[in-house]
Amino acid sequence: MTITDTPPDARPSPPPTEQTSKLGDRIFGGLSLGAGILILVTLAAVALFLITEAWPTFGADASEFSGNKSFLSYVGPLLFGTIWAAFLALLIALPMAVAVALFISHYAPKRLAVTCGYFIDLLAAIPSVVFGIWGIAVLAPILSRSVFPWLEDNLGFLPFFAGPASTSGRTMMTAAVVLAVMILPIITAISREVFLQTPRLHEEASLALGATKWEMIRQAVIPYGRSGVISGAMLGLGRALGETMAVAIILSPADVFSFNTISNQNPNTIASNIALKFPESSGLEVNRLIATGLVLFAITFFVNALARKVSSAGFSGAAG
Amino acid sequence: MTLTEQRPAPSEQQSSITAGRLGRPRHIAVVAGAVVLGAVTWLPAGSVNWARWIVVTLVAYCVGIYVASRVVEGRRQALDRLMLAVVTSCFLIVVFPLVSLVWTVVERGSNRFDTTFFTETMRGVVGEGGGAYHAIIGTLIVTGLATLMSVPFGLFTAIYLAEYGHGTKLAKAIQSMVDVMTGIPSIVAGLFAYALFELFFGAGTRSGMAGAVALTVLMTPVVVRAAEEMLRLVPDELREAAYALGVPKWKVIVKIVLPTAIAGLITGVVLAIARVIGETAPLLVTVGLAQGVNWNPFDGRMTTLPVFTYYQYVQPGLPPEAGQDRSWAAALTLVLIVMVLFSIARILSTALKPKGLK
Repeated sequence: MTITDTPPDARPSPPPTEQTSKLGDRIFGGLSLGAGILILVTLAAVALFLITEAWPTFGADASEFSGNKSFLSYVGPLLFGTIWAAFLALLIALPMAVAVALFISHYAPKRLAVTCGYFIDLLAAIPSVVFGIWGIAVLAPILSRSVFPWLEDNLGFLPFFAGPASTSGRTMMTAAVVLAVMILPIITAISREVFLQTPRLHEEASLALGATKWEMIRQAVIPYGRSGVISGAMLGLGRALGETMAVAIILSPADVFSFNTISNQNPNTIASNIALKFPESSGLEVNRLIATGLVLFAITFFVNALARKVSSAGFSGAAG
Repeated sequence: MTLTEQRPAPSEQQSSITAGRLGRPRHIAVVAGAVVLGAVTWLPAGSVNWARWIVVTLVAYCVGIYVASRVVEGRRQALDRLMLAVVTSCFLIVVFPLVSLVWTVVERGSNRFDTTFFTETMRGVVGEGGGAYHAIIGTLIVTGLATLMSVPFGLFTAIYLAEYGHGTKLAKAIQSMVDVMTGIPSIVAGLFAYALFELFFGAGTRSGMAGAVALTVLMTPVVVRAAEEMLRLVPDELREAAYALGVPKWKVIVKIVLPTAIAGLITGVVLAIARVIGETAPLLVTVGLAQGVNWNPFDGRMTTLPVFTYYQYVQPGLPPEAGQDRSWAAALTLVLIVMVLFSIARILSTALKPKGLK
């Protein structure tokens, strides 16, 4: 259709040098170049605005804040809580996600696999606030009724389960399980994708040599997909670090450093602390919260950069 | 390398072909044993403990199948069966919370999923009654504005990356910055929008527009990635054919490349909307909460569905059941919106494909 629209006199001279198309090209090219540059500007603006807003915090004296704490002693427990919660979530989610990805890519019947893939993509888009209220309304009572007392009685000698066990279930463990459920679809989706990309010949060669199905997976699929799984895990970790609402709803926060996962005294996370405090803050308190946001931005930036490095290193496992 | 390690002793190899395999009767016996063992753990207490029954059964089955297979079939087959059991159990365990989530939202959300909920606001409501009309309007306005800003922004960036700047240094820089933007925590995007609007409108400002800016920061990289991928799928032959006929580049993009990729582009945009429509944290920081409808995104607080869900749950008022029921109904609405958007994306991606590519 468009081809017939072009006037026939375009034939003799190779590039049509009419003014309109030149102008159109310039406008269109300029617009797209501008949009591209605007991306860079936006990101720079995010960093710049956060730094300007956070700046007064670093210069301020500890006595100017409520609680008389310096910024470092304020952000310390939050930073610890953020990393601890994300680490626990990843610890739970990663083995599960790899197993589910293997199940979908290599064990499940084809129709079940397609349905599951769709379901998992959908779950990745369910709002975090819904996960949060599910965690506090359903998961927390179950855990505090049957799991926490058991852990305290039988594994109480470990610092992680030292107790006293929370009866409300608003603990680090509940938050970590909910975070794990949230990041699981992300890690599963990426792992499934790389597992499915394993060259068919590698798999068949392994099977032809008499390997069982599991041996085939260990020899062909896992080495090939390893870097993909790692970068998926990094992305999940980044999501868990920045996750706000689920933690804000579930955790009962305290200003402590604690590895205890089943008590009511939990270190809060940076994101959840901002969500809880921001609506009621004013003045320098707002600047301090934005400064903690800057710290969070720096951590996730670092984790994502690491993930990209791992994934761009390619499927090195396949060659070795 | 690994193969040689695992070659079994010759005698074992001989027997593994001829020896008996774990037949169906024995397999069923292992399953039955595991189920019974699981039941034994709650029988003395008298009441059914489903969670413990299932967990104990799964663990017992994994152990049982390994031991049985080890005795009958040998080490390698036993490990194979064990891994099959472990992977399948993991899948079943993962399905539980996800099904429970969907079930809870549907069950509790249906209590207040009525016409009042969709036609009334929270103005003057204490306790029972009230609705989320204002929150739905707020979500539509904020998400709509974010879509209006991020779709042209993202699409033109993708056009630059795929058509103009392909392979240049600038394009590579933009690409990696888009990746960085994808990883920005949503609350940080909210803080950025707050800081930006504070600069112009003074401290403590809240407006729908600020929320839309925050969502734009989150949505644009998703649109860029999806659109770029789709534009790259357009065959070069189509472009070359058009160039050969003397069509200028911008016209090639508008009339050839975009229509060919339209299905994927719309799918990408719809999925991006589904991603941001449930964002709570940035809106909590930038838009706040209001009791009634606010149609003006440039002035004052607004309520959005996710923030409504959050506040109705954590500050339900008296009696708490009324607020929590509203919260669950709002959660159900959100989940339904996301599901509808997903289905639309699916249908459009097949319906809009150009005839040649179907």
